[in-house]
Amino acid sequence: MADSQEEKLVSIIKEKFEDQVVLVEQLYDFLTITLKKDKIVEIIRFLYDNPETKFQFLTTITAIHYPHTNESRTVMGQASNIVVDTPAPEGKIALMYQLHNLYSNERVRLKIYLPESNPVVPTLTTVFSAANWMEREAYDFFGVIFEGHPNLKRILNVEDMVIFPMRKEYPLEDQTRDDKRDEMFGR
Amino acid sequence: MDSTTTDIDKVIPEEKQYSYLNLGPTHPATHGIFQNVLKMDGEIIVESEPTIGYIHRAFEKLAERRPYNQITPITDRLNYCSAPINNIGWHMTVEKLLNVEIPKRVQYLRVIIMELARITDHLICNAVIGVDTGALTGFVYMFQQRELVYEIYEEICGARLTTNIGRIGGFERDFSPKAWEKINKFMKEFPLVLKEFENLLSRNRIFMDRTIGCGGIKADRALNYSFTGPNLRAAGVDYDVRVAKPYSSYQDFDFTIPVGLNGDVYDRFMVRQEEMWQSLNIIKQAMDKLPEGPFHAEVPEFYLPPKEEVYNNMEALIYQFKIVMGETDVPKGEVYHCVEGGNGELGFYLISDGGRTPFRLHFRRPCYIFYQAYPEIIKGSMLSDAILTMSSMNVIAGELDA
Repeated sequence: MADSQEEKLVSIIKEKFEDQVVLVEQLYDFLTITLKKDKIVEIIRFLYDNPETKFQFLTTITAIHYPHTNESRTVMGQASNIVVDTPAPEGKIALMYQLHNLYSNERVRLKIYLPESNPVVPTLTTVFSAANWMEREAYDFFGVIFEGHPNLKRILNVEDMVIFPMRKEYPLEDQTRDDKRDEMFGR
Repeated sequence: MDSTTTDIDKVIPEEKQYSYLNLGPTHPATHGIFQNVLKMDGEIIVESEPTIGYIHRAFEKLAERRPYNQITPITDRLNYCSAPINNIGWHMTVEKLLNVEIPKRVQYLRVIIMELARITDHLICNAVIGVDTGALTGFVYMFQQRELVYEIYEEICGARLTTNIGRIGGFERDFSPKAWEKINKFMKEFPLVLKEFENLLSRNRIFMDRTIGCGGIKADRALNYSFTGPNLRAAGVDYDVRVAKPYSSYQDFDFTIPVGLNGDVYDRFMVRQEEMWQSLNIIKQAMDKLPEGPFHAEVPEFYLPPKEEVYNNMEALIYQFKIVMGETDVPKGEVYHCVEGGNGELGFYLISDGGRTPFRLHFRRPCYIFYQAYPEIIKGSMLSDAILTMSSMNVIAGELDA
């Protein structure tokens, strides 16, 4: 039952946006669709309006930073294979949208990958009012620029902060301290 | 209220003079650290600009540095009025990642604890609505009952407010006879007090006049703002994670989801009130049907072995050491788990890269998401209604700011 629902959803998206779908996977109990970044808002709008999908509830938006690594070990399996249109290899910032259809109780996670140096994506506030603060949080912590956002400024951190603290290059603890060496803490 | 808004519209804009009021960050009426700069036209709010983040503690960043069992105390401090729900929600997220089968007894015990937590969460909110409308009496009685629940927590895990209850895989120990005694005492006493509290307020003419039609939001706006929990149900949408996606054996219990109609303060009050009755009902069913069995699952990599084992058994010693030092690797994966928290869908989005800490952990905090509708709700209402609206939405600063 559940499987066929998900297959149906994938075919609906593929029918309209065939060239946009990069990867479809089932991660635990969650259907995850990786898309190209260009038409993300149009796709969500389409899923919202389409009477067969009715994804009219936005559960959450969040960003994930995948830094570029030279190691052969991939950070997240598939994720590091997603091609982002930049010449030099660089890190990626993923945006994750979780949508929920409250009528049929289906959920879907949409992921897009943005280049680390220039993470720009259109805002989703035109579809969901709830996206406002979720996007501000993604901007505050990851520096994702949402074009057309009504009030894109920091939300939880102080306004004069200059870094985007959730990016992986900013370690949690103060790196200038030498009294807390990792090996002493089993790290 | 309608007559006043039309009066404003008649005035020519140039003649209007607005005053600005800084409500918060610390104000006794806001029950937490919230700042709102209100643009006021007399006593009517024209615009408001909320500022949040005063107690931001970087939990998501912190979680990327901590082993899985050390993240539980972080979750305590999200919604501290119902900390056990957060703890257990986190445990279940990790268990989902590890694909652990949880014994039925643990699931039922968890349901009991989570419903007790829901009762404490709702009773604080409803008692505070009473206080903000001028009825302090109910508050005092309800807080005595909260004390009883905190004593139950204390008997089970040793802590009261920030509980850190349970472990990945189950509970640290089975409930003691003393704990059952306290639960039984609570189950006997609380309905009487709750009934009395309800008699004080629910059909009270003054309370009804004060709260009906105050701070309302329509269902379509509430959905567009991704409301969940009692605030959404008060607007008339019967979405509850316990039913939509049952976890921890909620499908075994028989309960109803109360819904409101207008999404105003009164409906929120009544929805929470009925949910407390339903929670009592669930606890009773869970206690009656409680199966025998172990109080934790077999996950030796995460569940601390008993101390006597550590001294006598090589493997137990190794596991003890690895858990305490946080050296246990987990499988790679990406998992989302949600539970019905005191305020709505509390979600944990966890990405593991196979290391000892999460690669990324995101909390879907219901407060953070519905608080952004606050300016829209209070627009055009009185200042005192804004205070009441905030307390009835049960915005918890810890959950808001993470």
